[in-house]
Amino acid sequence: MYKYAIKRILLMIPTLIGAGLLVFMLMRMIPGDVCEIRLGGTGLMVDKEQIEICRDSLGLNQSMAKQFYDFAVGIATLEFGDSMWTGRPVTEEIAIRFQLTLQIAIMATLTAVIIALPFGVISAIKQNTWMDYCIRVFSIAGIATPSFWLGIMIILGLLIASQHLFGEPWMMPIEYTPIWEDPLANLSQTIWPAVAVGYRYAAVVVRMTRSAMLEVLREDYVRTARAKGLFEKVIINQHALKNALLPVITLVGIEFAFLIGGLVVTEQVFNLNGLGKLFVDAVLDHDFTLTQALVMMVVAVFVVVNLLVDLIYAWVDPRIHYS
Amino acid sequence: MKLKTLKILAGTTAALLLTAGVATAESPKRGGILNFVVGSKIPSMDGHMEGTFGMIHPIRPFYSTLIRVNPANPSSTTDFVCDVCSSFSSSDDGKTHTFVIRQDIKFHDGEPLTAADVKATYDKLVFPPKGILSLRKKFFSMVDSITTPDKYTLVMKLKYPSPTFIPSVAMPFNFIYSKKDLDTHGYTWHQKNVNGTGAFVFVQHQPGAFVEGKRFDGYHHKGKPYLDGYKAISAPKMAVRLQAIRGDRAAIEFRGFPPKARDDLISALGDKITVQEGDWNCSLLVTPNHKAKPFDDKRVRRALSLAVDRWTGSKALSKIAIVKTVGGVVFPSHPLAATKDELTKIPGFWTDIDKSRAEAKRLLKEAGQSNLTFTLLNRAVDQPYRILGVWLIDQWRKIGVKVTQNAVPTGPWVDSLRKKKDYQVAIDANCQSIVNPIVDVSKYLGSASNNYAQYTDEPMESMHEKMSRSGDEAEQRRIMRQFEQRLYGEEAHIIPTLWWYKINPHRSYVKGWKIAPSHYLNQHLDQVWLDK
Repeated sequence: MYKYAIKRILLMIPTLIGAGLLVFMLMRMIPGDVCEIRLGGTGLMVDKEQIEICRDSLGLNQSMAKQFYDFAVGIATLEFGDSMWTGRPVTEEIAIRFQLTLQIAIMATLTAVIIALPFGVISAIKQNTWMDYCIRVFSIAGIATPSFWLGIMIILGLLIASQHLFGEPWMMPIEYTPIWEDPLANLSQTIWPAVAVGYRYAAVVVRMTRSAMLEVLREDYVRTARAKGLFEKVIINQHALKNALLPVITLVGIEFAFLIGGLVVTEQVFNLNGLGKLFVDAVLDHDFTLTQALVMMVVAVFVVVNLLVDLIYAWVDPRIHYS
Repeated sequence: MKLKTLKILAGTTAALLLTAGVATAESPKRGGILNFVVGSKIPSMDGHMEGTFGMIHPIRPFYSTLIRVNPANPSSTTDFVCDVCSSFSSSDDGKTHTFVIRQDIKFHDGEPLTAADVKATYDKLVFPPKGILSLRKKFFSMVDSITTPDKYTLVMKLKYPSPTFIPSVAMPFNFIYSKKDLDTHGYTWHQKNVNGTGAFVFVQHQPGAFVEGKRFDGYHHKGKPYLDGYKAISAPKMAVRLQAIRGDRAAIEFRGFPPKARDDLISALGDKITVQEGDWNCSLLVTPNHKAKPFDDKRVRRALSLAVDRWTGSKALSKIAIVKTVGGVVFPSHPLAATKDELTKIPGFWTDIDKSRAEAKRLLKEAGQSNLTFTLLNRAVDQPYRILGVWLIDQWRKIGVKVTQNAVPTGPWVDSLRKKKDYQVAIDANCQSIVNPIVDVSKYLGSASNNYAQYTDEPMESMHEKMSRSGDEAEQRRIMRQFEQRLYGEEAHIIPTLWWYKINPHRSYVKGWKIAPSHYLNQHLDQVWLDK
């Protein structure tokens, strides 16, 4: 088990190098650079001398080899440098946003799991009944509804409903307050994006739970359990659900990793200062150092989450051993 | 539908009337925090090296400038008043400008402000050392020397008298820094740190989220500011900014909204919303690449300009986009701007569009380009770039020209204009802060770094040189007409569209703030108060 974990962690190194090389090259293939956008994009009278001063100060006039060397050394020493746009350390820029993104990801995952597991199980054990049909409509609608659209509807719905009921429109806060400073202010902002994202997330997990449960419920050991006269509740919870959870755990893991850095549009809709928004800004601003660091972070998150999912497999299903 | 329109109109009228009535009748109240939304982000906090309103709106209130646009009359394009000075004067030959500095000003760290601080600031702006960015350096190319004959007097000597000097000094980016800070911490310290003499003291900056300021009790404009503080909340999406005002999470957005957003707010909130509107010192241009055939032929360029019906377009587009006024090369209300009579003499501004388009077709035929097709490079930003792009394509279709729009993100758009120069025709804009026409029109010189059309025109360079050095407004005006006629008419180097139009709907309890011709101006917030 330990050997397996160490092997997987070591495998992260070539994965990160490959991702780093790819993002380094891709960023430099996009036309324009941060100085052109920052100084020339405003339409000001900016002469070449000013642009060159900017490029020199950011190291953009150095050779590609030197730039890649600096980047590689930065990764190796965990010194990612400063954002080309704000001049602040990249780690500081990411740390500020990470807390919010992580909170939304956790809240959305909890929303999804709390809704999806009971719905998926009910849908499977009540297959082809009205309950199954309702849950299927709910889940297919969730898959078909983009989170950002649901977010917009939530915002407009709150504004219109509150104005109708109380005479003054109410909107959730548009600036983040950490949960330990003011839990109410924090939740009144974060609950809505968690619901918007969690609904689609839940819909996907409901579908997966349902189909996994249906498959397991047809297995011989479930039939045997029933023949032995076990209570249906015990059969579902201890025999069927536990075995049906493996693909569900994989899906939850992948979705969770995706939420770290992937909430691009939802963050914009709710004005969340998270990693998704930072990612888009960094790419649009040609902020090479920040984009590279963000890509490396997301790759690392995916690798770690996948490792955790694999380790959870062994805990859920004792038949699985890693050697 | 009709009822809704009437309601909006009634609401607008009521709101506008309310503003006009209240401005004179009420006296300011002290207290409260102003929350406002900003549709951009802060690169650095150093005004000397930035050009975005994303920095100006949250950071400007921490700083003072030597002179500024009159906060009581910001719509005027020529009304400048002292900020850290008590008076300023010019010598008879226009080459020496003397500023008497107030003796009651303190920086937020408690240090008194003297002429030495102003000199150190302007030395950084006008004569930056090697490797230090100063985006306003070119605006001060006429400055020969800056001296301080005594502790509270600053003298700037010019190489030649220039009508552009005083407006350049009034630019909102020219934050006054402390000499001590510059000497002790260096010229890059202000990128991440704040120590000014403005109405508000820096509290915190949460990158990507907000900037917070609190009242500076030692502010030199006595009795101000009225607010206890402010919070500038970053909200890049327009829908969020709009709903934030509707839901009262923010009271105002200083850049401007499109007409539809204004109407939605009025429709939802009625007289709780006040609207201020006015011309914006931004004009949208079509830039033909003179090095790409057939746009090297002025007959083709003139035809493209003649096809555009600006007068009718203004009426239709002003309902959906942030453009409105038909104008020439100078900001419409400035004394140097063309009158309507003067304007309608320039090809492309004729009021008879049928005659104009017939001439356009004739010119295209003469140039052998009757079946002209090209790609229009545009910026993938709706307001007003893409909307104007679609409108232009339709205008050109009416003379038989087929155009495809290629709207790309800002990065590739700037790269194509400035570096690659691989486009045929592009949409570009000329947006400035202070209305300073002779500087503003320098974009149209072939030698200008922000002119992307790739032409050289010696007569225009010479006209501009004469205007820049003329102390006589009548002469400046006369030369400006020749410049305009050549730029838009004879050569059609650049094809003008419409001037932008600024629309600021805000919560009616925000008082004291008046709209200016630019979203960069009048943002020190010392005159703003809340009627709550």
